Amino acid sequence: MTTSTSAEHSRRDFLYVATGAVAAVGTVAAIWPLVSQMNPDASTIAAGAPIEVDLAPIAEGQAIKVFWRSKPIYIMNRTKKQIEEARAVAVSSLPDPQSDQARVKEGHDQWLVVIGICTHLGCIPIAHEGSYDGFFCPCHGSQYDSSGRIRQGPAPANLAVPPYSFASDTRIKIG
Amino acid sequence: MSGPSQYQPQNAVLKWVERRLPIGGLIHSSFIGYPTPRNLNYWWTFGAILSMMLGVQIVTGIILAMHYTPHADLAFKSVEAIVRDVNYGWLLRYLHSNGASMFFIAVYIHMFRGLYYGSYKEPREVLWILGVIIYLLMMATGFMGYVLPWGQMSFWGATVITNLFSAIPYVGDSIVTLLWGGYAVGNPTLNRFFSLHYLLPFVIAGVVVLHVWALHVVGQNNPAGVEPQTEKDTVPFTPYATIKDSFGMTCFLVFFAWFVFYTPNYLGDPDNYIPANPGVTPAEIVPEWYYLPFYAILRSIPNKLAGVVAMFSAILVLAFLPWLDGAKVRSARYRPLARQFFWIFVVVCLGLGYLGSKPPQGIYVVAGRILTAYYFFHFLILLPILSRVEKARPVPNSIADDVLGKAGALKAVGSAIVVLAAAGLLLIGGVSQSRAEEETPPTLSWSFAGPFGKFDQGQIQRGLKVYKEVCSNCHSLNYIAFRNLADAGGPGYSEEQAAALASTYKIKDGPNETGDMFERPGRPADYFPAPFANEQQARVANGGAAPPDLSLMAKARGYDRGFPTFIFDLVTQFQEKGPNYIAALLQGFEENPPADFKLPDGSYYNKYFPGHSIKMPKPLSDGQVTYDDGAPQTVQQYAADVAAFLMWTAEPKLEARKKLGLQVMIFLIILAGLLYFTKKKVWADAH
Ligand code: FES
Repeated sequence: MTTSTSAEHSRRDFLYVATGAVAAVGTVAAIWPLVSQMNPDASTIAAGAPIEVDLAPIAEGQAIKVFWRSKPIYIMNRTKKQIEEARAVAVSSLPDPQSDQARVKEGHDQWLVVIGICTHLGCIPIAHEGSYDGFFCPCHGSQYDSSGRIRQGPAPANLAVPPYSFASDTRIKIG
Repeated sequence: MSGPSQYQPQNAVLKWVERRLPIGGLIHSSFIGYPTPRNLNYWWTFGAILSMMLGVQIVTGIILAMHYTPHADLAFKSVEAIVRDVNYGWLLRYLHSNGASMFFIAVYIHMFRGLYYGSYKEPREVLWILGVIIYLLMMATGFMGYVLPWGQMSFWGATVITNLFSAIPYVGDSIVTLLWGGYAVGNPTLNRFFSLHYLLPFVIAGVVVLHVWALHVVGQNNPAGVEPQTEKDTVPFTPYATIKDSFGMTCFLVFFAWFVFYTPNYLGDPDNYIPANPGVTPAEIVPEWYYLPFYAILRSIPNKLAGVVAMFSAILVLAFLPWLDGAKVRSARYRPLARQFFWIFVVVCLGLGYLGSKPPQGIYVVAGRILTAYYFFHFLILLPILSRVEKARPVPNSIADDVLGKAGALKAVGSAIVVLAAAGLLLIGGVSQSRAEEETPPTLSWSFAGPFGKFDQGQIQRGLKVYKEVCSNCHSLNYIAFRNLADAGGPGYSEEQAAALASTYKIKDGPNETGDMFERPGRPADYFPAPFANEQQARVANGGAAPPDLSLMAKARGYDRGFPTFIFDLVTQFQEKGPNYIAALLQGFEENPPADFKLPDGSYYNKYFPGHSIKMPKPLSDGQVTYDDGAPQTVQQYAADVAAFLMWTAEPKLEARKKLGLQVMIFLIILAGLLYFTKKKVWADAH
């Protein structure tokens, strides 16, 4: 064996490091598709397109449940009393302060549209139950008011409002 | 040399663990300090390559199982959904389906290496037998995996192979019923095959552990076939073998990637893109290529039970090899006669493989019988005699001597090439004679062919128009949703255009609150509606032949290109049999069939349709579809356009595949180059 100079050494080290680095990059890149495949596939995403719901059959004081992106959506036609109750409470006293006006569409104040998934651990609250004329979650006793806001119990936040808009006075488009 | 582990951890935690569970020592003595003969050649890297392939198959398989539905009605669909909708689903599926073939290529090389260098001889008999067991398990796993996509070949392959057991006297039929869980191959069969296909790879992994364990007890064989005696004969596994194996694995990955990204369906059978149909057997049932030699043996014997026995014996005989070949000298390098017979045996195996893919008629049957006889002659007569009469050349005294006196390696490669070329020529001779007068579709030039191929958007759009206005009256397109028209690598419509097209269709939906079905305008997520409600309706409306779904047509049709063209097709990436066939078929109608041809009533004569009698009347005529981009409005153009469109519907991720393929290839070649130089540097001190 010949005696190796330090230049030779550093060239060799560079080769080793470069090989290792390229191999490492390749390994990481190879993992990407293995993880990415877990995300919703194209047909699932396509099935999550916006839906239209006809409000005409929902009488005052009634609520219906529709599904959008596999989530239950409550559409509630609120009574005068429910609206008044929701607006009477001092916003700052709420656990998750939000005014009722901010949770409904202007001019369509009787319509409450919320995702029916309890913000505690994901059970479906029951409409028209509980002490606040809104929703009651049977799992761990969270109480939501007639605006879908959390009032009592372990849930940390108000029921979420999904993206939606009024296509006409009696039709909404969710999504 | 091997002995108690030299592993001495410095770190306190590692020390603590090591005293309680000496796993570090195990890893160190198995994969780091393990002495490997210094004269190993690249044929020895296939052990590592096989471990890698087992890993690839298990990882991709577990992922595919997350998306696959093992049900007779849904399996085929779920596989298509994986390829079309799941992120990188096409990649994972092609990795797994081609990975099986790569696994077998590697195992065959590994086995032939063992045969050539006598790796099965004392004291490695158990090591060898464990290998035969792994090979058998691989065959079972591969077979059951091939059933899962539930295509025509899956179904009929399962039927034929399970029926092998019916040859067993007295209990055969009961065993077959037991395997099926029904009166024929069906949903219960599919379910149990899925379960076992998931299980067996882990059994293989277990036997691999035993195989490696046995290997580490007796040590590796080597090209010289003499045992290491001194330190000078071996090098530590890491870094020497590790780096060499890494280089070998990366080169193998280049080969693998070629199939996955450029010719993913080369090794598959087009019939398996037709959903399983228990009422129709494909014209020719051919197993996956890796079973072909044994399939040829099965068919060569004109008696059911004897054929099955011969086929299984052909594999089991391997387990007795250590006792059939009693020669003291291991390596065929020093056995001039054994070496020549080895190569003859290789050619016989390849020949059997080729014959297994051919219809069992005429010359093929005779050739099959001769080669089958030779196969058994080689093991049962030739090797035992040879080991007694052959005079071996002197073997080197030690491995170190072998390394110093290097030669012969090139000669071996040379003789291999000569033998293979001779075999090739023989086959060409045989085949060109028996070439049928069947007309094959002309080879057209397609924009999507080759490594950089892309769909011609204008052509795909025109093809869609032809489909909508003509084909869709009778043919469904079940796997294509309107949203797909806006997918990247497709006809290039915008999402709005796709939605607009969807809304012109009426889609059946429901039931609504009152329990009624209703019609609504289509949405992007909807699929092209079928022209007939069910197969029976389609059949009645079309003179007794249901028009097939067109989604996968471009991959579900092929034709024989013959030897040696089919080998060149791998290199030129020829994957366009389907579109060639479709374009030819649409133009292949002839008013006046040949005088000697008897056309059944209600059928039409088509030059390219197998059997020439087709139920579909000539669908296209010049000027029938109006193009607004100035393309010629001729049958020829329509046919090419719709064929290109159907290639897209069959392989919607083609562009993404070829693009990623280029990136992967460049990466792997760079990595292989770096590994090669690193290997050279590392080994510089060892020689
Ligand atoms: S999930 Fe509703 S209260 Fe816990």
